[in-house]
Amino acid sequence: METIRADVVVLGAGGAGLRAAIALAEADPALRIALISKVYPMRSHTCAAEGGAAGVIKADDSLEHHFNDTVGGGDWLCDQDAVEYLVREAPKELIQLEHWGCPWSRESNGSVAVRPFGGMIKQRTWFAADKSGFHILHTLFQTSLQFASIRRFDEFYATELLADEGRCAGLTAIEMRSGQIHRFDARAVIIAGGGAGRMFPFTTNGAIKTGDGMALAYRAGVPLKDMEFVQYHPTGLPSTGTLLTEACRGEGGVLLNRNGRRFLQDYGMGPETPLGHPVLKTMELGPRDRVSQAFWHEQRKGNAVPTQWGDAMLLDMRHLGEKKINERLPLVRDMSISYMGVDPVTDPVPVRPVVHYMMGGIHTDIRAATSLPGLYAAGECACVSINGANRLGSNSLTELLVFGRRAALSAMEYVQSGARPGAEAALSAAAVAAQARIRDLMQRGGGTETVAGLRKEMMHTMEQHAGIYRTGDGLAEACGKLADLRRRYARIELHDKTNVYNTDLLQALELGSMLDCAEAVTQSALARKESRGAHQRLDFAERDDRNYLRHSLAFYHPTQAPRVDYSDVVITKSQPGVRDYSGGHK
Amino acid sequence: MGERPVELEILRYNPETDREPRFQRYSVGCREEWVVLDALNHIKETVDPTLSYRWSCHMAVCGSCGMMINGEPKLACKSFLRDYVGVIRVEPLAYFPIERDLVTVIDDFMDKLARVKPYLIPKREQPVSDGEYRQTPAELKKFKQYTLCINCMLCYAACPQYGLIPKYIGPAAIALAHRYNQDSRDGGRDQRQEEIAATEGVWDCSFVGACSEVCPEHVDPAGALQQVKIASTVDWYREHLMPWKKK
Repeated sequence: METIRADVVVLGAGGAGLRAAIALAEADPALRIALISKVYPMRSHTCAAEGGAAGVIKADDSLEHHFNDTVGGGDWLCDQDAVEYLVREAPKELIQLEHWGCPWSRESNGSVAVRPFGGMIKQRTWFAADKSGFHILHTLFQTSLQFASIRRFDEFYATELLADEGRCAGLTAIEMRSGQIHRFDARAVIIAGGGAGRMFPFTTNGAIKTGDGMALAYRAGVPLKDMEFVQYHPTGLPSTGTLLTEACRGEGGVLLNRNGRRFLQDYGMGPETPLGHPVLKTMELGPRDRVSQAFWHEQRKGNAVPTQWGDAMLLDMRHLGEKKINERLPLVRDMSISYMGVDPVTDPVPVRPVVHYMMGGIHTDIRAATSLPGLYAAGECACVSINGANRLGSNSLTELLVFGRRAALSAMEYVQSGARPGAEAALSAAAVAAQARIRDLMQRGGGTETVAGLRKEMMHTMEQHAGIYRTGDGLAEACGKLADLRRRYARIELHDKTNVYNTDLLQALELGSMLDCAEAVTQSALARKESRGAHQRLDFAERDDRNYLRHSLAFYHPTQAPRVDYSDVVITKSQPGVRDYSGGHK
Repeated sequence: MGERPVELEILRYNPETDREPRFQRYSVGCREEWVVLDALNHIKETVDPTLSYRWSCHMAVCGSCGMMINGEPKLACKSFLRDYVGVIRVEPLAYFPIERDLVTVIDDFMDKLARVKPYLIPKREQPVSDGEYRQTPAELKKFKQYTLCINCMLCYAACPQYGLIPKYIGPAAIALAHRYNQDSRDGGRDQRQEEIAATEGVWDCSFVGACSEVCPEHVDPAGALQQVKIASTVDWYREHLMPWKKK
């Protein structure tokens, strides 16, 4: 087995991983950095983010405002010390990206432009038309190319973390091109592996978002935090789940039901605002959880718009005019025409809520450190938590920059503090065992289950029972089903038993990650007997701060359901209150 | 909801088991609105789990799923079945070595991308604490188009010169260098010129323009190439005929 020695391994080369790698390279050029990803960096799903990144820059805004919007938007489940750090670092990180060449959209005087976004009381979302994530990713990737100390391992799939004496000491990974397992030795590992939206059948997430990074940490004993909070973005195309950015509404687009009514006014987000003059933090600029939930109710009332792909609502942008749509929302127009056959310049676009983002993830502290010494996490795979029970749009791109860098600095301090490597014999044995497990999966015969079959059942279960509204009975059924799927997973047989770029093997491993994450979602959701943010229980309709103003922590068990425990939420200055999106009318 | 039978003829090659590439035919029921990628996924899920290809975003932004569809370089996620009649032939991107099935080896492209120094080399260093560099919308517009490249490599598969001269740096990498050269914040043109004005740089381009025709993001690499050629020519005249005007 080939062994690669590094000081820090960064797993994942999307926004958070690249930001971390650059921070490491800048801070200490002598550090050996291994940047590992199952895809080439430009393919990472950061590229699909559209709307922008939040950071206070304009004179009428303040860190206080950004803090309050985020904490209230998260239904007070955010750790407030982490939010304070986020909002303070955000402007620096966004300016740093500008200095690296990010083509942010501009005001006529040459300063950076900002746009309105849901749940934000001020305009503070930096954007690059409607391809903000794409530009952030490519700016970071291209910037990373100037650092010789960043050694990339593209298309390597990590299978297990290696740890000894209670410290993380590297990982094993399959080189897709050869099928060979490599061992990566490192003093510290940063996981930046992205979300897990592919647990669900209808999602904005690309095929690669299968929770691999979360599952790695989880199986190594690090709890997954607040996994029950799954964000539905209100506006995906019904045909494919393709995201139409919240910036459609930030620029003035409105949501209509089948009667042409702007129905959000009936769900505590009104009164109606003038067409073409969006008012911050109300109506169409309400938070994602509330808007998606409002659609669910409209559907129940029979007010949804039927399409051949199921119920939808209408996103009307016609009044913005062709010029503004082309300038601010060119991708939205292109995708609406391509995938739905609807031109937003001339017709309202059918949309419906779609699984978009995991608020939960690998439990880290404010330094991006996990409970396993030497292991750090950042980006969507991590839960610091700055998103609480509901993330505000445009906070995630900011988060991956701020905490990508933070994870790098923490890992570097740890390495420089003289962290000892583990015992070679133990690590070597662990790597050999990891290799044997992959061999066994590849060579196993007589299996009765297929990857595609189990995956389909998992997705169906998640959609049916872990969606926008949940019940105890449904969640219990889902937990039982997922436990069964995990058992049956052991009986999978691969069709493809060859070595080179074996996607049958890759998908089997990805399914294993998703099943573990899915069980953490449903078990945490079942245990949380309240409604908060994106977790809505029909059988427990109210928020319950006395019992559940706490983070859920799901601890992995190889054969049984995870144990769900809780930890305190950090409150520094904002006591839980009422989330008010009435535009100041209440 | 419409469904129709679709026949695909897909190039298969597994270096461990095949001596040479071959075509395999699949007949599957596909929905009217599907793209070629949906058909491939359907085949992989229900007919043949060994079929190998790259994909992720399904929205033409990650650049993974470039392949030859009926002989043309295309993104499989943006090639609609409804636009094809008869058997659809799917092959890996032209001019790249085949790793397996529709998966190509892209080391050459990744090396070339890095060689053109595709990052901002600031004209004037300014600390982050001093805020952003000013850049007007007009200055942004000068290079914005060239920032839109998704690295899908369709332009390389369309470029006859890249097929003939593998050392040619090629459209996407040169367009990216041009993107930074045109950025009002950048001062690194001289450093990039060493790569892109060299023999295997712009002068290998024969201006067929195929790169711009196949570009799914309308980056217009051919336009960038011509601008680089003109600028490089001006450089030459300045240096040789008007030495007093040298920068």
